[in-house]
Amino acid sequence: MVRIIDRRFDSKKKSTANRQRFMRRFKRQIRRAVADAIDGRSIRDLESGEEISIPAKDLSEPSFQHGREGVWEQVFTGNDRFASGDAIDRPLGGGGGGGSGGGASNEGESEDDFVFQLSRDEFLDVFFDDLALPNLVRTELAKLTEFKTQRAGFTSDGVPTNINVVRSLRGALGRRKALGAPLAARVREIDEQIAAFEEDASNHVDELRELREERSRLLIRIEAIPFIDSFDLRYNNRIRIPKPITQAVMFCVMDVSGSMDEQKKATAKRFFMLLYLFLRRNYEHIDVVFIRHHTIAKEVNEDEFFHSRESGGTVVSSALRLMTDIVRDRYPPGAWNVYGAQASDGDNWDNDSPICYQILDEELLGLCRYFAYIEITTGEAQNLWRQYEGLTASHPNFALQRIESHEDIYPVFRELFKKESV
Amino acid sequence: MSETVTERQTLPSGAEWTFEAIGLYHTEIARVAADYKLDTYPVQIEMITSEQMMDAYAAVGMPVNYHHWSFGKQFLATEKRYKRGQMGLAYEIVINSDPCIAYLMEENTMTMQALVIAHAAYGHNAFFKGNYLFRTWTSPDAIIDYLIFARNYIAQCEERHGVDAVEELLDSCHALMNVGVDRYKRPPKLSLAKEQARQSERESYLQSQVNELWRTLPIRETEETQKKPTRFPPEPQENILYFIEKHAPLLEPWQREIVRIVRKVAQYFFPQRQTQVMNEGWASFWHYTLLNTLYDEGLLADSFMMEFLHSHSSVMYQPNYNDPWYNGINPYALGFAMWQDIKRICEHPTDEDRAWFPDIAGSPWLETFDFAMRNFKDESFIAQFLSPRLMRSFKLFAVQDDDEKNKLFVSAIHEERGYRELRERLSNQYNLGCREPNIQVWNVDFRGDRSLTLRYQPYNRRPLGKNVEEVMKHLARLWGFTVRVETVQPDGSAKLTYECRKEKRRSDHKNHNDEHA
Repeated sequence: MVRIIDRRFDSKKKSTANRQRFMRRFKRQIRRAVADAIDGRSIRDLESGEEISIPAKDLSEPSFQHGREGVWEQVFTGNDRFASGDAIDRPLGGGGGGGSGGGASNEGESEDDFVFQLSRDEFLDVFFDDLALPNLVRTELAKLTEFKTQRAGFTSDGVPTNINVVRSLRGALGRRKALGAPLAARVREIDEQIAAFEEDASNHVDELRELREERSRLLIRIEAIPFIDSFDLRYNNRIRIPKPITQAVMFCVMDVSGSMDEQKKATAKRFFMLLYLFLRRNYEHIDVVFIRHHTIAKEVNEDEFFHSRESGGTVVSSALRLMTDIVRDRYPPGAWNVYGAQASDGDNWDNDSPICYQILDEELLGLCRYFAYIEITTGEAQNLWRQYEGLTASHPNFALQRIESHEDIYPVFRELFKKESV
Repeated sequence: MSETVTERQTLPSGAEWTFEAIGLYHTEIARVAADYKLDTYPVQIEMITSEQMMDAYAAVGMPVNYHHWSFGKQFLATEKRYKRGQMGLAYEIVINSDPCIAYLMEENTMTMQALVIAHAAYGHNAFFKGNYLFRTWTSPDAIIDYLIFARNYIAQCEERHGVDAVEELLDSCHALMNVGVDRYKRPPKLSLAKEQARQSERESYLQSQVNELWRTLPIRETEETQKKPTRFPPEPQENILYFIEKHAPLLEPWQREIVRIVRKVAQYFFPQRQTQVMNEGWASFWHYTLLNTLYDEGLLADSFMMEFLHSHSSVMYQPNYNDPWYNGINPYALGFAMWQDIKRICEHPTDEDRAWFPDIAGSPWLETFDFAMRNFKDESFIAQFLSPRLMRSFKLFAVQDDDEKNKLFVSAIHEERGYRELRERLSNQYNLGCREPNIQVWNVDFRGDRSLTLRYQPYNRRPLGKNVEEVMKHLARLWGFTVRVETVQPDGSAKLTYECRKEKRRSDHKNHNDEHA
């Protein structure tokens, strides 16, 4: 009979070892391709992987081969017009009939880039390689009030509702077997002896009687072994473990006053998108709140946030106030990880900047896991930046960075979230 | 089982397979194969997923192999083609081992599973067991164990010396894989126990040999030997990787062991590269014959045959030279046609066949098959058995491309005066000696700069391809000193083709590696 082995369930993902070797080796190229790819995406459009292409020459595996010159002779199929001795023009590019063989097809192929599909997770892995959320979560974990119960094996005591029937009966069966086996073995032995004596029953009356008596005594003892004993009982064990908060809310705060042009908004969008992607990797559930402001702040949806344009002056504190209210209202920090990201070109009404400082310092930063301020400008730092700079010393969960152009976004983002060296 | 046969009840048909159905099909196929006297290793069938199949494809068709990025690359490429539906006979992998392991892919229909059992588990299996190249060059009873040993050893090296160091070494070895084979000398049989027992012994021994060669203390020598320039090695060596393993001055013992592993794997695949037409043709002939026999016995449903024939004929398709999808001669098509043709010559020879094949025309076909399968490789098989009739039906013609002439030249076609030449040309096309450059180790300057010189013997004035530079860099990495390759000129002299200079020792080694990172 043939051996048929079902291997479908072992070595799952064995291939990933070689695949990861490949990714590891071409990390630089892949990272470049990933950075390019992020350009064309919308903020929530993250569910797909990405097609990555790497120049073929980077991953060639050379071996000794013949060059194309010299004499080549090749046999083809399907002759429809040639006679022996015919001369044929050399086809251009080696296509069609003649042409040299051997290395030709290999070389032709190697012109193309090597294209392959990255899964969504791989894509994000590469993208956020070496980045981590600032080390805040651990300190907060101690204060957590939520618990969840989780199975943790079996115990020998507990309440009747938690009895595990299968385990208990399995234990009982084992115990009955263990206690009864020697007796049963003796019974079998006796049975054999009885069978032997019965052939000559008249000469062994006494022995037979004795054996029969012993046999019935044994049977009584076997019967007396209890079917189930309190000793056998097993209970499902449940323990309570603290439940980390797995939901986060991300506030996108953006200045939409007249001075923020489309290009600056696009830069801000990219930055928010990165943050969103990044938080997605760390939290199961994530809410996004969009707040835009000029002199008045307003909560809007994504589309409006990025695409409508306002004019007029700038009062940043209005947005910070609105954010504080929303957090208090809807996202109590005990249940939510609050992240804030503010993008602006740095313009603010002069007298407002100290107020912003005050709101952040006294209220908002206490509620947030992390708050990042991004100034998108090529000009001099203005009063808002100078005020904010004062916050970094006293609040480790506050960071600010300047972005001058598109290219800065990714480096700045990495700067904000780079892993702290251990 | 015999009752089932006499009742003429068809085997389970329909797209879905079950383990019972596979067992039933296997029993019947095995029975018919035995009737045809196919001598095979015991069969072991393993069900795997398409991902596992692609993975095995990527790791040169082996179920266990060491890890390397190039297999990952292969995997990604295979995955892409598979998803686009471009894989031909992608549902078949068979391992030349004892027992012979045939992989069946979960996604296949019942018909495909039966086809693969007949094709791989009986066709290829019998070829592996019978053909002289496989008998000589491979050790089916030890290969799986050896690969496990290799994988573990390389994993250990990665832990000890770092993934990068091992990867670089493997890159270099892979570049020389095709010149890491003994073509004419039979390699010793593999054995796991011996490999492990001898490994440490070998390490120290090899190192001492190398040290002997490279000792810097002067040995007292007679005047005569000092004057006479001697070459080392005295005879040119074709197995460059073997030469590296034994004589490269700077390699650590573990590096030598890895060179050896790559060399052994290359050796293992050496017969496969030389018997593609024969082997695929043989397996195709047998799946076709076995399944048709079962159909004639009434065991296979018509729907089964329709699906089977559809798949069979698409794999056996041979496009013409001017078709846009022409990609050389399809080894399945040529091989299958040749075996069918040999059977025909045995059973119904024409006068032409009697003239061309006096030995086999009219002979019992099973015996002729057995003889042909055992004693030939592609090159000699074609030279011996390609019949004029087949050349006509394939409409074969040979084209010569000489870069010194303006035009291509049709040197032979399927006609009376062209048959012999055409057959010789086609046979040549499968000759590894013509397909791959003939490069051998020529000399080591072991009294001077320790440089290694290879010699290339051109065939038909063909130069070495452009990537010779890349390969030589890899060779230099292994050798540790300057390496060069010379091309033998028509007058017998040698001319330097490429040189990769390397003067300093380890520090240079490191820098060079960085370029590749």
